[in-house]
Amino acid sequence: MAKEIIRIIGLNKTFHSKQGDVVALKNVDLTIHEGEIFGIIGLSGAGKSTLVRCMNFLERPTEGRILFDDVNLSTLSRKELLHVRRSIGMIFQGFNLLEQRTALKNICYPMEIAGWPKQKMKQRAMELLEIVGLPERANAYPSQLSGGQKQRIAIARALATHPKVLLCDEATSALDPNTTDAILNLLKEINLNMGVTIVVITHEMRVIERICNRVAVIDQSEIVELGEVKEVFLRPRSAIAKQLILPKGEGVAHMAGSRCVRIVFDGMSSFEPVISNMTLECRTPVNILFADTKNIDGKAFGQMILQLPEDEKAIERIKSYLESRGIVYKEETGDVHTANA
Amino acid sequence: MFTPQMLELFGVGILESLYMTLGATLLSYLLGLPLGLLLWVTDKDGIYPVRWLNVMLGFIVNLLRSVPFIILLIAIIPFTRSIVGTSIGSTATIVPLVVSATPFVARMVESSIKEVDAGVIEAAQAMGTPTLQIVTKVLVPEAKPSLITGAAIAVTTILGYSAMAGFAGGGGLGAIAINYGYYRYQTDVMLVTVTLLIIIVQVFQEIGMRITRKVDKRLN
Repeated sequence: MAKEIIRIIGLNKTFHSKQGDVVALKNVDLTIHEGEIFGIIGLSGAGKSTLVRCMNFLERPTEGRILFDDVNLSTLSRKELLHVRRSIGMIFQGFNLLEQRTALKNICYPMEIAGWPKQKMKQRAMELLEIVGLPERANAYPSQLSGGQKQRIAIARALATHPKVLLCDEATSALDPNTTDAILNLLKEINLNMGVTIVVITHEMRVIERICNRVAVIDQSEIVELGEVKEVFLRPRSAIAKQLILPKGEGVAHMAGSRCVRIVFDGMSSFEPVISNMTLECRTPVNILFADTKNIDGKAFGQMILQLPEDEKAIERIKSYLESRGIVYKEETGDVHTANA
Repeated sequence: MFTPQMLELFGVGILESLYMTLGATLLSYLLGLPLGLLLWVTDKDGIYPVRWLNVMLGFIVNLLRSVPFIILLIAIIPFTRSIVGTSIGSTATIVPLVVSATPFVARMVESSIKEVDAGVIEAAQAMGTPTLQIVTKVLVPEAKPSLITGAAIAVTTILGYSAMAGFAGGGGLGAIAINYGYYRYQTDVMLVTVTLLIIIVQVFQEIGMRITRKVDKRLN
């Protein structure tokens, strides 16, 4: 198992206000490993933004410890903390670029703070502009860039001083679906090529499904579910996870009484006609009740609900076929759908 | 009325008014800019809250802001004399102008800084920026257009104050308007000074707006 990079132990955070105390986080324990893409999902107000701000001590925990790279952040002096923050990049929903600086100067900002020499700074900034795919926009001001371009510059800025971790606070929530996909691809590439650990905060399941290895589901200040994305997707246990993950919509009545399987596509080749092959090989028809799949770079992501034939033998054949192809599935009954109605 | 003597009088008046206004604006900013920044930084929602200092500075600023200029001008005559050596003339007028304008400038600066996006400040903190550098590299540059607009307003306000000082021995166009237009009933002189003041205000305002447009990178 990879080394731990962020470890959160017994974290509590309470905000004091005139209207009384507001509990933002309750007994949070979390370990994030080096090199993974870790997702934190929850509805707005669940406490996920506070959680990510505790990771770089923008918010100080009321109770509990945050270890970054084995260093307990609460033991650090102000100056040491500023130093540690330089190895934790952060990007935001609102991009938060300096409006009066060009793209290039924005990327230079963290290097200026770290006291790099001018020449090295410029060189690194150009290199990052290449990585995020905007070398020709070096001298543009943020007001001249689109949302997606602004986020690319923000990513370049966050990576400038070679951080170990990149925190993404709803980084794609202000972007349209296509731009979101492009930014997620970029994050994935950065994770693969530079080995940067990425923590993603989002309220959108598709963000988790696209890039994360593990996910924590947060609800009403507490982590209610934690595990491999595949596992949580297939067998959501908490009500909130079911609400976030399971397909919404009609067709509820259909399913009652009939036997169904939910298939999760987590990146198998989309060139392979899985369902079609299955019906041919098992010589039995299936009925597709629900499908929400996407083809991303030739890989299939998403889920599908199939109604199975009544014949037990046919069901067995289908199951063993799915298993032989390494496709994850779970048998469902009608009440799954009603659970999130 | 446009005799050479009168023209010279107006010429000197304009120069004195500009001298008092620009001199006082410069000094007010030297004091008011740091004061305004300090007011914002030490505020309870600022980046380095220091409650007692904030309350104290806020109190002093409000105190000075609540004294009308014409009264302050007279009330601090001993102070003015101790600094400049006299209480009459253009240079002496700069002292009460600065005392009166500094708290005003501080509040203008504070409100310009408040316009800086909280997210940008948070990003700077997340990148490990020390407090002083947040001020110099984020707050001031990001608020620059608004600060310049504020300075244009401050200049015209100070020009107005400087004219008032004509009642108590100050120089400039204000003194001309009062001495000739008011005490001697020379309405034409009054009208000329008013016209000149209007032109000066327009010029400052226009210069301020042009610089703002030029430096603000959000408007392209």
